[in-house]
Amino acid sequence: MMHIRRSPEEIAANRARYEDHQKKGLEFAPKALPAPSPLPALPISADAIIHQETIPGSWYWSTKLLRGEAIRIDQAESNSTVALVAWNAHDTSERINLVDTVKMQWTTALGKGRVIFSDMGRVMFSLIEDSSGANDCLMGGSTAASNAAKYPGVKTRNTRDNLILVACKLGLDRRDIAGVLNLFAPVSVDYAGGFAWRGKRSNSGDYAELRAEMDMLVGFSNCPHPLDPDPIYQPKPVIVTRFRAAAPAADDLCRTATAEAIRGFQNNTMMLA
Amino acid sequence: MTDFAPTCPPRSLENAVEDHFIPAEASWSGVVRKGQTIRIEDSYGQQAIDTLFYRADDFAERYSNQDTMRAQTGAYVGIGTKLISNEGNVMLTMTADSCGRHDTSAGACSCESNTVRFGHGAKYLHACRDNFVLEISKHGMSKRDIVPNINFFMNVPISPDGKMTIVDGISAPGDYVELVAEMDVLCVISNCPQINNPCNGFDPTPIRVLIWDAVTHIGA
Repeated sequence: MMHIRRSPEEIAANRARYEDHQKKGLEFAPKALPAPSPLPALPISADAIIHQETIPGSWYWSTKLLRGEAIRIDQAESNSTVALVAWNAHDTSERINLVDTVKMQWTTALGKGRVIFSDMGRVMFSLIEDSSGANDCLMGGSTAASNAAKYPGVKTRNTRDNLILVACKLGLDRRDIAGVLNLFAPVSVDYAGGFAWRGKRSNSGDYAELRAEMDMLVGFSNCPHPLDPDPIYQPKPVIVTRFRAAAPAADDLCRTATAEAIRGFQNNTMMLA
Repeated sequence: MTDFAPTCPPRSLENAVEDHFIPAEASWSGVVRKGQTIRIEDSYGQQAIDTLFYRADDFAERYSNQDTMRAQTGAYVGIGTKLISNEGNVMLTMTADSCGRHDTSAGACSCESNTVRFGHGAKYLHACRDNFVLEISKHGMSKRDIVPNINFFMNVPISPDGKMTIVDGISAPGDYVELVAEMDVLCVISNCPQINNPCNGFDPTPIRVLIWDAVTHIGA
């Protein structure tokens, strides 16, 4: 097999460039890690609210969300996990991409100040508020099989089927679900890569606010996370409020916290031009 | 080329039913039948090999990184890992691994993500996602069919506080993984062309793919 290797000089130059880049990326880290949003959540002014939906435990919902609008997902009195998917409303082949999201921001810990990327290198959501600091992008949602194993003999709904219903009712199908973001899911990763439920980091009244950075279709499923230690299937309602967000200031945290977010928003600007 | 390392006495280079050399930066796809074993060899070492699997008779069923991580309650891929589809079925099981560390949480490089990671000057560089688009288009699929993949031989440690970064691969020349197919699958590989990070030591190199029939079908 013929193969010509790159020269040591080329490799050294690339490595130096990467190390410089990594150093710059990590220098942003302190700014990218603000404290979780305070509880309780401040009320949203009534004239900003576009719609409010209570998703019953175990059910799904979807909404259109326009750029500049936001959604608050409020656990109300429950400690539910909410699984979320999203597509670009104008081209649904562009969708939430969690592997790019974590790789580009150097972390799987997605909380206040972070952004959620699409597969096209553009920002879909800014996480403008997040009181739990406990969101999971690795494990995905429950399935019929995972529920059957965890709640034997109990009739349950699951996130996989819920999100297939969401997709199909939007004219999409199961090919269009490439991963879900779990809000309010305190999953920890140990040095061997093992997952565990980190205790009750998620509290009644926890909330997250996601500002839309492009026009989107957003789907939700309100089912227990696969690692939720509660042995009884009893998901509680969550409240999703769609509202007009305040315009981002010049020093908006999500838009300035990392070099990667700055470049991602440049890609958004090119899309809108 | 490295020496052949037997993992099963009846399997040899001579009775492999397929033997493919995949040049640096190139892509490949092929069907692995139920019961067959596929070996993916990192011939020169430190080469990330981005891989996707689709059920051969229903491409809407495909590899799911989240279901795979959920099913084994862990982030890394190694011996014994069952690769799970979006329908919760076992697609393949990893039966041999001479390296010990493979990633499925960091996805593939793309021209678009490279602009975010490395700046807009990195946009017009060969990337895995383009390899995947070209390769799956041969099978009637499109961009929407690309899902988060496995990165064989890519080292992406995650720390308990969530930090993750791609670090130098630990694979040596000739390291390999073997997977036995539990259903007929289309295997799609992008031999990663990324030269902006250490996933392949900044020097993409060729790889090799071998396929054997089930041992019971080999004469002897």
